[in-house]
Amino acid sequence: MVDLTINTDVAREILTGFIRSEVRRVGYSRAVVNLSGGLDSALSCVLAVEALGAENVLALRLPYRTSSPDSLEHAQLLIDQFQVQSETIDITPMAEPLIQRDPNISNVRRGNILARMRMIVLYDKTEVFKGLAIGTSNKTEILLGYSTLWGDMASAINPIGDLYKTQVRQLSRALGVPSPIIEKPPSADLWQGQTDESELGFTYEQVDKLLYLLVDQRYSPQECIEEGFDTAFVNAVIARVRRNQFKRMMPPIAKLSNRTVGYDFLYLRDWGT
Amino acid sequence: MKLNLALAQIATKLGDVEANLEKHIHYIEQAKAQKADLLVFPELSLTGYVLQDLVASVAHKPTEDDPVFKHLLKASQNLDLVVGFVDEDSRHRFYIASAYLSGGKVLHVHHKVYLPTYGLFDEGRFFAWGDSVRSFDTRFGRAGMLICEDFWHASPPYLLWLDGADIMLFSSASPGRGLNDREKLESARWVERVSKAYASMFTSFVAHCNRVGFEDGLLFWGGATVNDPNGELIAQGPYFDEALTLAELDLNQLRRTRARLPLLRDERTALVQKELNRILSRG
Repeated sequence: MVDLTINTDVAREILTGFIRSEVRRVGYSRAVVNLSGGLDSALSCVLAVEALGAENVLALRLPYRTSSPDSLEHAQLLIDQFQVQSETIDITPMAEPLIQRDPNISNVRRGNILARMRMIVLYDKTEVFKGLAIGTSNKTEILLGYSTLWGDMASAINPIGDLYKTQVRQLSRALGVPSPIIEKPPSADLWQGQTDESELGFTYEQVDKLLYLLVDQRYSPQECIEEGFDTAFVNAVIARVRRNQFKRMMPPIAKLSNRTVGYDFLYLRDWGT
Repeated sequence: MKLNLALAQIATKLGDVEANLEKHIHYIEQAKAQKADLLVFPELSLTGYVLQDLVASVAHKPTEDDPVFKHLLKASQNLDLVVGFVDEDSRHRFYIASAYLSGGKVLHVHHKVYLPTYGLFDEGRFFAWGDSVRSFDTRFGRAGMLICEDFWHASPPYLLWLDGADIMLFSSASPGRGLNDREKLESARWVERVSKAYASMFTSFVAHCNRVGFEDGLLFWGGATVNDPNGELIAQGPYFDEALTLAELDLNQLRRTRARLPLLRDERTALVQKELNRILSRG
């Protein structure tokens, strides 16, 4: 039986410590989070509040004209409950000129533009608020590549990137994230009616268990099938993880010299701090 | 005889030896004020852990004229010290090292003999492998030092035991990993389990000092421990936070435990040697 249950007290202590340490050691004391109204950003925001204090966290609500009203409302629920600073900026007038250039634009292109527009606003506000951008990508979506490169993946530090979606849900419950946010179907809300699970073709419950065996427990594909996972599902998930490796890396640099960034110029980001 | 042992589970600044030295001096003062006889710092306590290309620039030699060690050697006039550093030998090989300082002298330097180079670890890429495991005499009796992966293998503590160590001083920079529904991280449970096992099997004192703080996404979990020759936990530091943990080691316990449980007396080293020779000579 695959059990993804985590000790939420330990997770909470480590993740708030991580935010505090990594924000302060670069000389900052504040953080900015894009609060979509969904679960991942809610959790990142609450962790940042616990780490830095509500007065040091700016939550941004960045709706587009087709965004679900629920997203805005749910983000507001969190803002009210945790008393974080907030700002709401409609990205429609920024995104629309680009989107309107092509009447046949696909949902995926439109979604990517919105995700990247939100990244631009997020990073602009980090400068104004003097805070670091807190990441909101969970382990499931990072592994599946279910995200926009240089869009919602962009951040200075990511406290939730080693938590599967079902673990995000568990920790969010423990930290008091409002239940409408926990209970609604996960959605990037990049177009109307979009939900993660219908787009992906499987549930987080299913895929998290499979990824846990494949990645954390180093099961072979065959062993996963023997554990009862459908062969086609196993193969599709493995293909998806492999295909999206590029999203988990900095762009490779073509090596010419004796010492090249990424290969043999090796320092942690925390170098000197 | 009593030994007041102090374990300083500190966070370090990555690659900033001067700042880390300052923190050492601070903890030395604190330990001295609390009447410690011996203060142990974690692995690479003067440099930080994930050094990568910083290795050469943070290396020091444990000598009186070294700008860092001269302060530590001076401080060791008051209480004995174990510090973690990058040791550079005369032919410019770099080792993960622990130095035992006492009375202004370097009593012993241990070079880490097992460099984990798997999973999240990449030590073998940046460091030279130590090639000796030796116990040494201190004013509290014979002791031995091991660094992290050294005691994930059973043979180095066994060798120290046979070489006369009654006090084993383990230091670590152990990144926390393996979160599940338990109260402790898997990495912490593992290290605590083996520390207790060594104390029990070798009827010796086993102290472990692990650092705290973050380096990028890695959290070092702290949780210093001291186990006595009965394998009983006699001191435990907190997880995740900097702390100075003190333990009074009643060294007479060695005699009482070994009178009851003569594992050391009965250890058949000649048998071990014979069988090892046979095993290792097999084509």
